[in-house]
Amino acid sequence: MRRLLKGFAAAAFALLISAHARAVEIEYWQYTFKQRVDTIDTLIQQFQAANPGITVKQVTVPYDNYRTRIAAAIPAGEGPDVVQLFYGWLGDYIDANLLQPLPASTFDTAAIDREFFPFVQGMKVGGQYYALPTAVRSLALFWNRKLFKEAGLDPEHPPATLEELVDIARKTTKRDSAGNLTQVGIALDTAGQDVQWIRQILIPEFGGVPYSPDYRKVAYNTPAGVAAVRWYTDLITKDKLSTLGFLTDGVTAFRSGKAAMTIDGSFRLGAFDAQKGLDYGVAELPAHDGRRSNFASYWANGITSKAKGEKLEAAAKFLAFITTPAAMQLWMEKVGELPARVALAQSDAVKNNKTYGPFVRGLSYAVATEFVDETQQRQVMMDMLDRILIKNDSAEAAVASAAGEEQKILDKRK
Amino acid sequence: MSVARRQAVWAWIFLALPLAYFGLVRFWPAADAMSLSLSHWNLVGKRQFIGLANYQRMIEDPVFWQVLGNTFEYLLLGLPVSLGLAFLVAYHLDRIRHVHALLRALYFLPHLTTATAMAWVWRWFYQPAPVGMFNAWLQALGLPQQAFLRSTSEALPAILVASVWAALGFQIVIFLAGLKAIPRSSYEAAEIDGAGGWQILREITLPLLLPSFVFLLVTTSIGLLRIFDLVYNMTASGDGGPLNATKPLVLAIYQSAFARMDMGYASAQTVVLFVILLCLSLLQLRLLRPKW
Repeated sequence: MRRLLKGFAAAAFALLISAHARAVEIEYWQYTFKQRVDTIDTLIQQFQAANPGITVKQVTVPYDNYRTRIAAAIPAGEGPDVVQLFYGWLGDYIDANLLQPLPASTFDTAAIDREFFPFVQGMKVGGQYYALPTAVRSLALFWNRKLFKEAGLDPEHPPATLEELVDIARKTTKRDSAGNLTQVGIALDTAGQDVQWIRQILIPEFGGVPYSPDYRKVAYNTPAGVAAVRWYTDLITKDKLSTLGFLTDGVTAFRSGKAAMTIDGSFRLGAFDAQKGLDYGVAELPAHDGRRSNFASYWANGITSKAKGEKLEAAAKFLAFITTPAAMQLWMEKVGELPARVALAQSDAVKNNKTYGPFVRGLSYAVATEFVDETQQRQVMMDMLDRILIKNDSAEAAVASAAGEEQKILDKRK
Repeated sequence: MSVARRQAVWAWIFLALPLAYFGLVRFWPAADAMSLSLSHWNLVGKRQFIGLANYQRMIEDPVFWQVLGNTFEYLLLGLPVSLGLAFLVAYHLDRIRHVHALLRALYFLPHLTTATAMAWVWRWFYQPAPVGMFNAWLQALGLPQQAFLRSTSEALPAILVASVWAALGFQIVIFLAGLKAIPRSSYEAAEIDGAGGWQILREITLPLLLPSFVFLLVTTSIGLLRIFDLVYNMTASGDGGPLNATKPLVLAIYQSAFARMDMGYASAQTVVLFVILLCLSLLQLRLLRPKW
């Protein structure tokens, strides 16, 4: 009896060991955002069904702590094997040895170059990719059909150029008897996407460039740059079609039906869809002088330096899985972000989609700026606008001082 | 072991836990922050010792001096207004019996409100007319509208008003307790001796209220020097703008640490804040030391 028990125990133990050896568990980290988390959960289920022996554990961290938690966890040998990171953080992560290159056995550099949007090549350092996005995002113009109709405008005709935008904004701006704005033609909000709109879109559309091609030099302190900035601030100071922070922020102003237009990203679709009675359309950003520009940004998935051996293998498999066209399709439907693969994004179904189409068309000429410090560079732009709007500085002086300050930030890069 | 000795041992055993807690959770991180202030660290890389370079940078940084100025503006404007108002309300509230409890509860209510929610309501108050309440009033009175939070000179006082309003309830309750603790017999004796109302206030009420004053002075000063949530929620992007006009030291520290991942510089600023708080607290305790 005792012998039997012993044998039993030994067998159970052996079974446990072998089961343990077969089941590889990897961790996937991203920030907490319901739709993103749910979609990854779905993808994990599909992945585990196709790859028995690998389990993926998703860990989510509140957005505000996300960077801090990753930075603390990986050097301590804990934390994710596959991690989602903002494209602008890649340099810091590689410098700190938090990431390893995607294994060449699973990821073919030439194929990625060919199949993903060109700006994804920002994830390539020394000829090797370190991270790949599932989805990318761009900016577009949102317009409120009801307010267009009220102003006697065609609700199916959003502005195609900046001149049309000003014209429409003029017709949709409302004031009370004392001259106070009660409805704005366009919601302006530097805490939202307006900094991007000015820097990466208006400046090129006015014939300038924001930065040198290697992003080491500020290049917008030119007549074109000044003209772009002045066009924006004129909406407020000269044309009086809006104020910064009308109804506290752009999203609130547009959601509450008090702004006829706003510039925002596809990630805002969820918030606008949730607003009852808001009948809005999405259009490609207005062009100027026949020039178009757009700003792309994305979160990419990388494999951390912690993953080794069979964990590395499993991590590579999982990363490949969440960057397949099928995963991108699911991500677009559930999260509202656009596929990172050109073929899928340019497919007729996506391109002609009323909501995603304008964003995707913008992607074809979009640029993903390399930042040294996105927060600080954004602050420089916000301060530049405040100098013009509050301190009554000239656009020339404000642009020149912003260019000087931002150059100092760029110079910090090694 | 004698009884006294055994008692001492037990006392130390019981004290060990809170001591370990304070050592681990308070003092060790504080000491670590001081050593961190001498290094460069972006959280993901290795710590790099750079001596006093962070402090040097602070001295040369015009924004740091502006932020330091703002911090003291919050303190020097906020402290007299806040405590003066609280004393005034408490003093008069103490004299009425009718609806006393209701009024006291009303004054205390803001203290129970979440700072973030409060900040956003105030942010709406300061909007241009017709949305913003204050500007709508100004307009109704035929006065020019004010930019408030969108002005470099008005934004800091505008935030301070919300802060004073939020702290009032707690301060009133402390003052009321202090007033209640003054023995009636002191007043009666003064009245028999023929002291007037003003004299009673100056000679009896205020001196006997000194402990409450000291307590509130210290806590309110620390609160004002650490102002963060209202500024973060009442300015665009929580940046302490426009043009750094409302940014207090704590917000600057937060931005250095968690937006720019510049942990060394953030720690250096923290050390400065610590020194300021320490000096002020010592100074206040010394100046206002009870003389009985």
